[in-house]
Amino acid sequence: MLGYVFRRIVTTIPVMAVVALLVFSLLYIAPGDPAAVIAGDQASPEQIAHIRASLGLDRPFLVRFVDWVWRILHGDLGTSIFTNLPVSHMIAQRIEPTLSLMVLTLLLSVVIAIPMGVMAAAKQGTWVDRVIMVLAVLGFSTPVFVIGYVLAYVFALQLNWLPVQGYTPLADGFWPFLQNLILPAFTLGGIYIALIARITRTSMLEVLSQDYVRTARAKGLGFGTVLFVHALKNAAVPITTVIGLGVALLIGGAVVTESVFAIPGLGRLTVDAILRRDYPVIQGVVLLFSFAYVLVNLIVDLLYTVFDPRIRY
Amino acid sequence: MRRRSILKATLASAGAAALPLLSRPFAARGAERKVLRFIPQADLAVLDPIWTTAYVTRNHGFLVFDTLFGIDGSFKPQPQMLEGYSTENDGKLWRLKLREGLKFHDNTPVLARDCVASIRRWGARDAFGQALLAATDELSAPDDRTIVFRLKRPFPLLPDALGKAASNMPAMMPERLANTDPFKPVTEMVGSGPYRFKADERVPGARVVYERFEGYVPRTSGVADWIAGPKIAYFDRIEWNVIPDPSTAMAALQSGEMDWWEQPTFDLLPLLKRNNRIVLEFPDPTGTPAMIRPNHLWPPFDNPAIRRALLGAIDQREFMIAVAGTDPSYWRADVGFFAPASPMASSAGMGVFAGKRDFDKVKREIAEAGYKGERVVLMLATDFPVLQAMGNVAADVLKRVGFNLDVQAMDWGTLVQRRAKKDSPAAGGWNVFCTAFSGLDQFNPAGHVALRGNGAKAWFGWPTAPKIESLREAWFAARDTAEQKKICEEIQKQAFIDVPYIPIGMYFQPTAHQSSITGLLKGLPLFWNVRRTA
Repeated sequence: MLGYVFRRIVTTIPVMAVVALLVFSLLYIAPGDPAAVIAGDQASPEQIAHIRASLGLDRPFLVRFVDWVWRILHGDLGTSIFTNLPVSHMIAQRIEPTLSLMVLTLLLSVVIAIPMGVMAAAKQGTWVDRVIMVLAVLGFSTPVFVIGYVLAYVFALQLNWLPVQGYTPLADGFWPFLQNLILPAFTLGGIYIALIARITRTSMLEVLSQDYVRTARAKGLGFGTVLFVHALKNAAVPITTVIGLGVALLIGGAVVTESVFAIPGLGRLTVDAILRRDYPVIQGVVLLFSFAYVLVNLIVDLLYTVFDPRIRY
Repeated sequence: MRRRSILKATLASAGAAALPLLSRPFAARGAERKVLRFIPQADLAVLDPIWTTAYVTRNHGFLVFDTLFGIDGSFKPQPQMLEGYSTENDGKLWRLKLREGLKFHDNTPVLARDCVASIRRWGARDAFGQALLAATDELSAPDDRTIVFRLKRPFPLLPDALGKAASNMPAMMPERLANTDPFKPVTEMVGSGPYRFKADERVPGARVVYERFEGYVPRTSGVADWIAGPKIAYFDRIEWNVIPDPSTAMAALQSGEMDWWEQPTFDLLPLLKRNNRIVLEFPDPTGTPAMIRPNHLWPPFDNPAIRRALLGAIDQREFMIAVAGTDPSYWRADVGFFAPASPMASSAGMGVFAGKRDFDKVKREIAEAGYKGERVVLMLATDFPVLQAMGNVAADVLKRVGFNLDVQAMDWGTLVQRRAKKDSPAAGGWNVFCTAFSGLDQFNPAGHVALRGNGAKAWFGWPTAPKIESLREAWFAARDTAEQKKICEEIQKQAFIDVPYIPIGMYFQPTAHQSSITGLLKGLPLFWNVRRTA
């Protein structure tokens, strides 16, 4: 097992190298000029050229790429062209809100979606199943920003129960922290809940038709015990896979959710950096997201062995 | 007691305990009396007001930095950091005397040599500053409180230059910072303005914080008016919260979480107007003049006759309705080459915009002027609703008068890169785009970059207009407003011949704030004199 984990970690190195090359190349060929954005609308072409040179943006591709890789190998993600702050500092400032949002969304989604999927499978063909599946289709079909605006309108503007926007760090208290994240987490969780609920239902339906389930029922075990202890554990592998793959969905959705709720997270940092062409920040964030995705997949692979002891690495 | 009863009782108690928390109004969070929560127009990405001309950085600049002069509501410069000034030698020698007790945020005194270094750095970047330094023979600090300009020729607009409210604002900073290359940003925010920048609380893209500078010495006389007069800071703390989504910004203002939203979008104004706790104001009487900027290097707009013919197709009302809606109090449609609020504005040559627009006639004139059906590339910025609206109207007009139009939609970041390209449109260049400036930038010829006609060195589009350039030089030397105005009339007449750009109207950008916030000054978002009354 340890050997497998080590091999998987080693294989992330070429993956990250390819990601780095792709990101750098794409940004190089993409239109846009940070010097022009910095200088402002009234700056003359001459002044912009001067700023471009002072930022080193007029150097050849290869020189800039080698310089960047060299710095990364030394643990330096570079400095933001605009703010003059180290990219690692900017990421550190923004990682807590994004991580908090994603973890809370993940928890809410699993807690809501798995019972929904199990119930839909157990009551297949009944109104319970139909209602749950309609909700799942709605969750899939409604854009994240629409859910966000509706929730903010009802719970923040009309009822005044929760804040419209912003983020309070956990260090400032759990309740204020949670208040700021409830609406964003439900917003981001909509599509995720739908996805997990549907996969849980499908997976459970397959398991519920197995002989050992009939045996368990014949033994006189309770309905809940059969569903949640015997059947769900055996249906867990595809569910875990979807939860893992869905992290990509969460990362994408976080960009929109953070914009709608003005959460100062990595999603907004990425969007701002792209709009301004703040290359070092874009490169740093994309590398981080890629690494996180590779890591999540590794964790999912390891979790398979927990749910299904037949799986060995 | 059964297990189910215990569960029910527990849930009921938890619910009762949570209710007061849930029902606590979030408006209370924004009501901390000594903190002003503000939503700026954009993220404050760049802090140095000399390094960029971005308006958000200029606004930040006026919080942190002070200026030697400051223009007032009648656009006249008044001494600000200065105790007074005198001129000698037929206006060729200026002595500016600093007020006593001025301090920077690092608690070092403001000295004349700090100001000399600051003026040099600002003058290397700002168009007005460049004109001032070009007329300066020697700039010196003979003692700690005196700044001396020895000029090659009279420059009566010296106070106007050093008191300008437009970008780049003439920020005074310590000499050690002012000696930074003007093309590189300063690394610290140390000014002598009424608020101190809190670098430790900055979250780029999300939050900027300022606290009142206790060492600031406001002027003792006059009234606060634009950037002139006493700058009295009533709030202990100013928090800029960047909320990029307009709907969220509006909701934050409506819920009371925020006190002041600098630039609500026009489509949301009806909703804001219905809320009696929110006040809408139009602080900048100079407005935001908009323009179609042609590229003078490539056909068809290298041909002045074609540019002139196009004037006949422009209905400024159409552009402004697309931008700001049908309420005419939000815009003006009689805009020439200077902001209408400026004494330099006039009706000279404005006849071209009068009367019904005859597209067939314009089409014929364009053909007669030699248009050969060349492809016209219009760059359309889609990420700013205002620019997209005027770009769409421009596209419609250009099509209707027979141009072979190629509308290329892009984000503003791409547009600002592409507009710098002098290549032909076929090789990645461009023919035309729309943009808008603050009226302060078009207040007079000094900072009016789009009106320059200095060819390859001119602003994007690179018009060559030697007569406009010579009139601009004459304007700097004019002795009084009447003479300046006369020259500006000539400039405008010539501009309707050379057509460096086409004015397409002007809109007034509203600002929205809680009714409890009072004392907002005119011009730009300024944070002194503002207080919470209820």
